[in-house]
Amino acid sequence: MFSPSDILTIPLADWVNTLVRDWLVPNFRPFFRSLQWPITQVLNGLDGFLNAVPMLLFTAVLAVVAWRTAGRGVAIFTVIALAFIDMIGLWPETMTTLSMVVTAVLFCTVIGVPIGILAAGSDRFQAVLRPVLDIMQTIPSFVYLVPIVMLFGVGMVPGIIATIIFALPPIVRLTNLGIRNVREDLVEAAQSFGSTRWQMLWDVQFPLALRTIMAGLNQTLMLALSMVVITALIGAGGLGLTVFTGLGRLDVGGATAGGIGIVLLAIILDRITQSLGEPQRMKKTSLRATFANLFSPARTARTGEA
Amino acid sequence: MPTRSAESDVLQDRTTIKVAAKSIFKVFGDRPDAALRLLRDGQTKEEIFEATGNTIGVQDASFDVGEGQIFVVMGLSGSGKSTLVRMINGLIAPTSGQMMIDGTDVANCSDKTLRDVRRSKIAMVFQHFALFPHMTVADNVAYGLKIKGIPAGERRRKAEEALAQVSLAAYADSYPDELSGGMQQRVGLARGLASDAEILLMDEPFSALDPLIRRDMQEELLELQRSLKKTIIFITHDLNEALILGDRIAIMKDGRFVQVGTAEEIVDQPADDYVAAFTADIDRSRVFTAGSVAVPAEALDIRTDTAETAMARMEELGRDALHVVEGEAILGVVAYRDLSAASRDDTQDAILRDALVTDFPKVGRTTQLFELYPLAESGLPIAVTDRKGKLMGVVAPQDVFAKLATPVAA
Repeated sequence: MFSPSDILTIPLADWVNTLVRDWLVPNFRPFFRSLQWPITQVLNGLDGFLNAVPMLLFTAVLAVVAWRTAGRGVAIFTVIALAFIDMIGLWPETMTTLSMVVTAVLFCTVIGVPIGILAAGSDRFQAVLRPVLDIMQTIPSFVYLVPIVMLFGVGMVPGIIATIIFALPPIVRLTNLGIRNVREDLVEAAQSFGSTRWQMLWDVQFPLALRTIMAGLNQTLMLALSMVVITALIGAGGLGLTVFTGLGRLDVGGATAGGIGIVLLAIILDRITQSLGEPQRMKKTSLRATFANLFSPARTARTGEA
Repeated sequence: MPTRSAESDVLQDRTTIKVAAKSIFKVFGDRPDAALRLLRDGQTKEEIFEATGNTIGVQDASFDVGEGQIFVVMGLSGSGKSTLVRMINGLIAPTSGQMMIDGTDVANCSDKTLRDVRRSKIAMVFQHFALFPHMTVADNVAYGLKIKGIPAGERRRKAEEALAQVSLAAYADSYPDELSGGMQQRVGLARGLASDAEILLMDEPFSALDPLIRRDMQEELLELQRSLKKTIIFITHDLNEALILGDRIAIMKDGRFVQVGTAEEIVDQPADDYVAAFTADIDRSRVFTAGSVAVPAEALDIRTDTAETAMARMEELGRDALHVVEGEAILGVVAYRDLSAASRDDTQDAILRDALVTDFPKVGRTTQLFELYPLAESGLPIAVTDRKGKLMGVVAPQDVFAKLATPVAA
C-alpha cells in the first residue's frame, strides 16, 4: 500500500540533533550558563538557610503557618510528619528538596503570573500561548532533559530549570483564567470611574483573581514536587536522589523512605497553599489567641482580639 | 418598510446642555459599514442580521439633557437602552455619531481625555450594584476618589459624607455581601455621589430590588435630587418608574427613539401603538396633575351675585356648584341643592352667604390626581389655586375619573 514515506523521509531526529548539538550549544552556551545565575543564587541561599535552621524551630514555624492558614488539624499533621521525617533520617534531604521546590515555584510565579496577566489582556497573545503551554504540558519531561543537560550541564540547577519548564503551565493558565473570569460588571465599574488598565488590574482584577491564581500556584507546586525524582536523573539531590539511588540498588526500603518523605512534604505544602487561596476576610485571630487556643482547645476560638 | 428616523429632541430654553448625543449609531459585528448602508436603504434590523450577521444596537439616537434634569430612557430588553447608556461614558464606542459631555466628544477622543471625563464629570450606578466584594463599603464608595489619587484621609471623609447622604454611615466598615440588596444599591449610589460628578448615569439601578424597596429608592432619589440637582440619565424598563422620575422620557424600541416627551405627553398622546400598549396599564393618577383636568372657575362674586343669580349661572353652565370669591380671596363654594332648598326664604342676600361651604378642598396646579381622591369625596368641585391662593380653575370630581380612564382602542 502506498504511503507518504515512499516519497519523502524527513530525518527529524537528525535535524534536532544538529540544531541542538551543532548550533544551539556552541553558540549560546554562555547565554544559557548565565541564565543559571539567578537560580543558583536563590537555590544556594535557601538550601543553606533551611539546612542551618534547627529542626525544631523550622517545625514550629511551619506548624504556626499551617495553623493560621489551614487550621489546627493541618498544624498537628505538620508537626507529626516533620518529626517522622527527622526520625527516619531524611531531614537534610527533605530540606534540600524543599529548597529546590520553593526555588522552582518562585521562578514559576515570577515568570508565569506576568505571562498570565498578558494573556488575560490579549486574545491574540492567548491564542499564541496556548499551543506553547499544551506542548509544555504534554511532552514527556525526559524529552527535554537531554537538551537541558547539553545546554546547562548536570546538577541541581539544571534540575530546577527542567522543573520550571514542567511546572509553569498551571500558574500561567490559571492566572489567565482568574483574571478573565472577574465579573464583567466589576470591570465596567472600574472603567467607568476612570481607572487606567494598571489601576484596574491592581485594585480590582488581581485581588478578585487571587483565589484562582493560588489554585494555579498549588498545582504548580504539586507538579514541581512530582519532578523531584526525575531531576535526580540529571544530578539533582534531595529526596529524589534517595529514591533514585534506592531504585538503582534495588533498595526498596530506601526508595520507600524517600517516597514517603516526598508524599508527606507534598501534603503539608498542598494544604497550606490551598488554604492561602481561601477568602481571608474572616476576622483573623491574633497570634496570642492562637497560642491561647493551643493550650486550651476546649474553648472556642475568639475573634478579633486586640 | 422604512421606519421613521429617531426623533431628535432638542431643548428650547436656555438651560446648560450637559449631555448631547448627535446621531449615535451602534452596530455589533465585523461589518458595521455594510450594515449601516443597508440601514440607510431602509432595511429592518432582522433583514440586516440575515444579510450581514451584524446587529443594529442603536439607530440614530439624538438627545439633549439639560443641567439638573432627569432624562429617562425606557424600553424593553433588546431595545438598545443599555448600549446607549454605555456609549455616554464610553464603555462602548459608537460606530458613528458624537457624544458631547460638557462640550467634549467622548466618542472621538483620546484615552486620557476619556479617563479624565470619567473621573470628574460622570459617575455610573449599575443594575446589579457592581460593588467590589473584596473592599469594605467605605473603600467601595471611595474608589472613584482613589483613582484620582486623593489621599486616604480625605477619601475616608468624603466616603462617610456620601454614606450619610444615603443613611448608611454606620456600615462604612462592613463588606458588601453583609448588606441587603437595597442597601447595596444605596452604596452604589453613594459611590456615584462621592466623586462629586455632575452627571449620573443609572443603568436600571432599581430593577434588581423588590417593589417596596424600589419605591423607597425612587423617593430617596427624588429627595436627593431636590438638594443636589444632578444631571441624571436613568435607564429603566418600567414605565411607572419612568413616569415617577423623569422630567423627560424617551421610549426606545429596536434601537430607535420612538417617542420623547414629558410623562403627560407620552401618556396623553402616545406616538404609536407600541407606546400606547405601554401606557395602557400605568397608573394615570400619578402622571396627570390637577392642572390637566382643571376647567375655568367661573366663580361668583359675593359682592355682586345673589342666590338667584347663582342658581341661574349654575343652570347656564350645567354645574352643580360654583366657588364664591370676594375680589382675589376665595370665600367658599355654594352647591345648587343647598340654594334650591333654602330658596323659599325671603332674605336672598343672606342665603348666598349662608349656603357657602367654607371648608372646601383646594390644591395646586401640579398636584397629582391621586392626591385628589380624598378631596373628591365631598362631591364639591376642587379649587385649583396658585401659590398665593388665587383661584386659577376648578376640578370637578367626575373629571378626575374621566382622566384616569384608559381610552378604548378605536
